[in-house]
Amino acid sequence: MATASVVNRREFIKTGAAGGAALVIGFHLSPKAFADQAQEQEKKSPNPFDAWVRITPDNRVTLVLGKSEMGQGVYTSLPMILAEELCVDWKQVHVEQASTNPKVYDLGTGGSGSVAGSWLPLRQAGAAAREMLIAAAAKKWEVDADTCKAKDGLVVHGHPERSVRFGELVADAAKLEIPNLNKVPLKNPNDFTIVGREVHRLDAAAKSTGSAKFGIDSRIPGMLYAVIARCPVFEGKVASFDATKAKAVPGVRDVFEIKTSGRGASTTGGVAVLADNSWAAIQGRKALEVKWDEGAAANESSEELRKQFLQNASAKPANTLRNDGDADAALASADKKVEAIYELPFAAHVCMEPMNCTVHIGPDSAEAWVPSQGPQWAQAVIAEAAKLPPEKVTVHTTLMGGGFGRRYQADFVMEAAQIAKISGKPVMVLWTREDDMQHDFYRPASYHKLQGALDKDGKLTTYKHFQTSTSIAAKWSQKGVDDPGLGEFGTGATIPYTTPNIRIEYTLAHSSAPRAWWRSVEHSSSGFVMESFIDELAHASGQDPLAFRLKLIGDSRKIPQFGEGREDYHPLDTGRLKGVLQLAAEKSGWGKPLPKGQGRGIAVFYSFFSYVAAAAEVSASSTDFKVNRIVCAVDCGRAVNPNGVRAQVESAAIYALTATVKDAITVDRGRVVQANFNDYAMIRMNEAPPIEVHIVNSTEAPTGIGEPTVPVIAPAICNAIFSATGKRLRRLPIRGQDLA
Amino acid sequence: MAITFTLNGKSQSVDVSPDMPLLWVLRDTLNMTGTKFGCGMALCGACTVHINGEATRSCITPISSVAGKKVTTIEGLSADGSHPVQKAWMEEDVPQCGYCQSGQIMSAAALLSKKPNPTDADIDDAMTGNICRCGTYQRIRKAIHRAASMAGKAHSAA
Repeated sequence: MATASVVNRREFIKTGAAGGAALVIGFHLSPKAFADQAQEQEKKSPNPFDAWVRITPDNRVTLVLGKSEMGQGVYTSLPMILAEELCVDWKQVHVEQASTNPKVYDLGTGGSGSVAGSWLPLRQAGAAAREMLIAAAAKKWEVDADTCKAKDGLVVHGHPERSVRFGELVADAAKLEIPNLNKVPLKNPNDFTIVGREVHRLDAAAKSTGSAKFGIDSRIPGMLYAVIARCPVFEGKVASFDATKAKAVPGVRDVFEIKTSGRGASTTGGVAVLADNSWAAIQGRKALEVKWDEGAAANESSEELRKQFLQNASAKPANTLRNDGDADAALASADKKVEAIYELPFAAHVCMEPMNCTVHIGPDSAEAWVPSQGPQWAQAVIAEAAKLPPEKVTVHTTLMGGGFGRRYQADFVMEAAQIAKISGKPVMVLWTREDDMQHDFYRPASYHKLQGALDKDGKLTTYKHFQTSTSIAAKWSQKGVDDPGLGEFGTGATIPYTTPNIRIEYTLAHSSAPRAWWRSVEHSSSGFVMESFIDELAHASGQDPLAFRLKLIGDSRKIPQFGEGREDYHPLDTGRLKGVLQLAAEKSGWGKPLPKGQGRGIAVFYSFFSYVAAAAEVSASSTDFKVNRIVCAVDCGRAVNPNGVRAQVESAAIYALTATVKDAITVDRGRVVQANFNDYAMIRMNEAPPIEVHIVNSTEAPTGIGEPTVPVIAPAICNAIFSATGKRLRRLPIRGQDLA
Repeated sequence: MAITFTLNGKSQSVDVSPDMPLLWVLRDTLNMTGTKFGCGMALCGACTVHINGEATRSCITPISSVAGKKVTTIEGLSADGSHPVQKAWMEEDVPQCGYCQSGQIMSAAALLSKKPNPTDADIDDAMTGNICRCGTYQRIRKAIHRAASMAGKAHSAA
């Protein structure tokens, strides 16, 4: 299989670093998903490297990285890949976060693409540096380079062995011809000594001692802390405000209005309260008196949205996105029909570190400290607010206390830049938890009607999926108009279950609630819907849900991703899909009887080019349920750090469990009802089931792992509850009372 | 008016509004940022510190109420990350984003100081006030058991 990475342009640069020669190799990390964006940027940017390897005479190997660390472990997994090809101890590779400046840009961190997109470029860069160091040693010893090899940060030769440290070779290596990256010899994976090893996180010590610095920990001399009063109603504005009482709060320094940035950064605008410390700013905002112009969205509610969904499902003709065979005719003549409605609410990201950004704008330049998945976007919005060219804005990407897609946005960055511009001082904009929950960019709310037909032999003759949702694309479309909606299905439109008739339909519903990318994005709804419905079909035809799936998936083959336009672009490999399904089933003891009142459910889904299956075990009565155990099987290609892969699967499972069994984000009078952890609860220690993770031993190139577990958790749990009780739950989040 | 308390073993005076929560005094007045802001309502545990040895949510603790008391933060739990809970956290690779972990570690350390060999039920009781959005709960549980066993071994060797 082709690697997930597409490297648009990789070049080497060799420079003399301050204080002596160094071998510096610049290259470009780019997951496919961001390739177009990267090409655009290359046109604008003279030196588009987002990563470097730097080896200095003191034997120090530094990976300067344009990927953001938000918990997913890139500070550990990416150095491992480099160290493997370079033949150094991976612990000797230091990671330095790249600043966003004209010489480097960050393409962003998302789409579960960090390891997948870095795999080949990092191997090639490491291998090229290794070959240059070997060549330099061979020249020094006047021997053939083929007789030398690299190991543990040395080049060695002959018997008895002589050796020279990399650091002693960098000056000479930097003068050599650059090898062709596409021809540079890569290590045989059988010889890997680092990749595939169980490795501890490099950042665990800093994160266990309080010394790790997140965005919120930025401290700049003379800085002020700002909180913003925002209209609680979506797209509402400030009508007027009285700052008298706010300014009377000790420590409050200034109060002023900032305007909405409109589309783009998509800020709400509001009234900023600046103070000597966060507490004074929060108290000042409490004392502030604001009259809001609530605008047109003030009539919106979750009930009203559901009415739209129902109308869209019954009345309006939908956009047909996929039409194989004749689904309606097959339904009309079917022996057995199954129909089900599934619903998912808005969901909030809820990073533990609330949104924040620190900006200082001077007359000719700006500097910012941003916990961001998209520092390049952050740079652009600061430049816009500061009225400076982007190359005058330096963005320091900090550690992030969670990202989950929320920190791809630049709204909180724009706010900080606007306030810093007016204030002239360094300013941190701090969001409270209430701000974070009520002004998020939510996972869209959606409504799905599924129809299937089975013939006398229990074969699937039709699969029809109608969806209406609030749509991410419609929120961000510059035209602000209807969109075809295929993005709302993702791989949910690539059906691995064999059937001659498939129909996929979509109708956009209107909402002013901001929407964007929430961990696993559209796959969180598509996985729930497809894997719940397949389970319903299995039971309707009297077949075991595992056997039914395996039979419908059929032979091992590759199914092109629907709508991708290219047959060879990461097609769904049904062999690998069945592989994780069978592994999860086996490890969960599928088929072994459970005590009365308990049930087991299974689900499988392909997303982010990875295959994940989950088997859940629950206890359930007519009033309550409990998730006892979740067994996951994953095939994400070669696991660079199996320990890190397990951590991501555990994390995604808990994240999805919260969305399955805890609270919904609901809208009333145009505003989000939930505000803090009391009414938008999270899974806690006492509710966290054991999660087992089994990794398929694969030699394929690595693919995503941060997100693809999310889609299978809700269906596995709901399928398990059905198995235990005969009650089918189709509306998330699920509640004990739904079992009555 | 200055308020004086003991912070990580040293006397500390601050001249701030008496209702200012300890969290913000630590973070913004003293620039000790290891203690984190998560909710401001004692709902998530990210701000957990020890006051006279008790795990306490600093986000709702007015600074006036700690006058004369002993406050320990993550920075003061050990000089070098050698507290058994911190070591266990590293060995089990507990942190992901790491933001909540100062609070988790302070809650766990307070638990172990009272119950050197906690059961799973004890861990549930002591740790349920601390949210981890990365979902590291099963590693936290393992790390607490590991820290208990480490501390036990150190004790029997002494």
